[in-house]
Amino acid sequence: MSKKSFRQAINEAMRLEMRRDPRVIIMGEDVAGGQGGTSGVVDAWGGVLGVTKGLYTEFGPERVLDTPITEASYIGAAAGAAATGLRPVAELMFVDFVGSCLDQIMNQTAKFRYMFGGKARTPLVIRAMFGAGFNAAAQHSQALYPLFTHIPGLKVVIPSSPYEAKGLLIEAIRDDDPVIFLEHKVMYDDEEEVPDEAYTIPFGEANLTREGDDVTIVAFGRMVKLANEAADKLERQGISCTVIDPRTTSPLDRDTILDCVADTGRLVIVDESSPRCNMAADISALVAEEAFDALKAPIRRVIPPHTPVPFASVLEALYLPDAAKIEAAVKAVMNHKVTEAA
Amino acid sequence: MNASITPITMPKFGLAMTEGKLAGWMVRPGATVKAGDDLADIETSKITNAYESPAAGVLRRQVAQEGEMLAVGALIGVLADADTSDADIDAFIAQFNAEFSAGAAESADDTPPEPSVIDVKGRALRVLDIGHGDGDPIVLIHGFGGDIGNWLFNHAALASNRRVIAFDLPGHGGSGKDVGPGSLEFFSSVVVDLLDTLGIERAHLVAHSLGGGVALTTVKNAPSRVASLALLAPAGLGPDINMAFIDGFISADRQKTLIPVLSYLVHDKGLIGRKMADDVLRYKRLDGAVDALRQVAAANFADGHQTDNLRPVLESVPPTLVIWGKDDEILPSSHAAELPDAITVEILPDTGHMPQMEQSEEVNSKIRTFLAR
Repeated sequence: MSKKSFRQAINEAMRLEMRRDPRVIIMGEDVAGGQGGTSGVVDAWGGVLGVTKGLYTEFGPERVLDTPITEASYIGAAAGAAATGLRPVAELMFVDFVGSCLDQIMNQTAKFRYMFGGKARTPLVIRAMFGAGFNAAAQHSQALYPLFTHIPGLKVVIPSSPYEAKGLLIEAIRDDDPVIFLEHKVMYDDEEEVPDEAYTIPFGEANLTREGDDVTIVAFGRMVKLANEAADKLERQGISCTVIDPRTTSPLDRDTILDCVADTGRLVIVDESSPRCNMAADISALVAEEAFDALKAPIRRVIPPHTPVPFASVLEALYLPDAAKIEAAVKAVMNHKVTEAA
Repeated sequence: MNASITPITMPKFGLAMTEGKLAGWMVRPGATVKAGDDLADIETSKITNAYESPAAGVLRRQVAQEGEMLAVGALIGVLADADTSDADIDAFIAQFNAEFSAGAAESADDTPPEPSVIDVKGRALRVLDIGHGDGDPIVLIHGFGGDIGNWLFNHAALASNRRVIAFDLPGHGGSGKDVGPGSLEFFSSVVVDLLDTLGIERAHLVAHSLGGGVALTTVKNAPSRVASLALLAPAGLGPDINMAFIDGFISADRQKTLIPVLSYLVHDKGLIGRKMADDVLRYKRLDGAVDALRQVAAANFADGHQTDNLRPVLESVPPTLVIWGKDDEILPSSHAAELPDAITVEILPDTGHMPQMEQSEEVNSKIRTFLAR
């Protein structure tokens, strides 16, 4: 056990699974880490953000495949490889590039098991970084997990810390269905204690990072940390919160969300994806349908506006949910007064 | 601090960058630069990049030498106007470096001793080895599903004048997950291997629950290696075992189902929190952990009863202390009845299966008194 960054935890998950199972391969743009060209340097970068560093030197070009910059071809190839016996981990780099290969994911990979009468298995993991907060502008900052969550046949994972990332990625690699694994790009240097050994965290099982009596906060990915920051401040003001990290948007741990709302009677959802048809909308519908009588106040969503992610850092900060906005939303649900009917 | 002095520090070019090499200065000391002029080439694991001056001024010092590797944020040069005195610049550099290294050292202070994983005759065992003294060392042996964390409130207290070693049994905590047959005989052979590896001829064994059975088996098989026994709610002294705990501990896979199972362990149910449950879940998620627990349960509690009867061992043991919580819901305290007269038995009221946690001070004091007799 030692402190590891989000980046190291993800790297270690892939490394351990590649050692354990020769069918696990890595493919994507620059995953071999700057190999190629005329410099003779091998694995200089370890991918654009250093996440695959060292895999090329340990496992070689047979298992760490640098692909051309054509998502349509290599995501399709990864799906085919998965359907025919390998367990590829394909890196889409920025999730924003999914448009170039959506047919391969949405209409092929996600449908194989169903269309082939349950006889096809597609143990494919697609890793991609997502999210705003890094001044990467509108085409490199989106949080597109609702898009994947919308498609039956895909499992969608959003780790909220280094420990979570390692266990969830190993689970993803061992899963026989296609898994979309989304890493928030602002979190790669976050550190915490992570076991050296392999371990798995099951999908569809939410993690309660804290338990309180007054308000339930549901948050995803990097928002979990912000929700806990807000809950720390609120605790000192006498408001106690439960913070739920669902870990996976598909499958979604509905029971834990409904149980916690039944206990607290108030719900705030923090979601940094575009607000129309996002997870906050989805969970609001769930709770409105299944736990209406438990609610003491309207559900509050802490969400960005329905615009592209701005590049300018002041505007990007304005766009994103943050701890202060979460705190304000919790106070708003706490202060809600039911108007007496005349 | 002189406001006209601008520190030039190692930049952070990308998310992955934690340190960088000063590949070369592009400006000589004494040269005047504008904001945006290239000052130096910085080489990272990713790329070499020109570093542009953040301000206008005279490059007064090149603090970093060419080829030097520095952490992000470290001082590499000083920019100031021509009027600033050399003494001011020296003072600025000294203060900057003192604050920078203090910030780096802060996290290293007051870190508790860390366990390490050592090789014990081919097995990886996680060991926490602290304390010094003249007497025989103590070895702490935890129970089923436990780890060195079970001794959180005892380890340092017992180590005030003595070497005390806690370790994770195979299959548990941070040790390798191979438990062989999972029997008391097997675990006892690992204890002897550990003593051999650490160069310990003879040790006091302080052991809890299943670990108590391991300690008694060690006395049976290697009596010369055991100076004394302090047994906390030990296995092996009667047939009963709460199988709802054993089965629940193995099968529970979330906090909600695990917390009621862990509640069997203590008299004061309020002690079982989410953090404790989370620690157990984290251990159980490790590859091989649940299989190991199943194997240990099968070897020791196959038909809902304890497999080994170690009462005969008590007829000729080294000095032995037995401590039991009166309200133990895992192994009943009635197992402490009718032990040989030479054995000191302490039954603690309002205490469950974890006396070393629930009554830690009393247990520590009883063990210290026992060892000092």
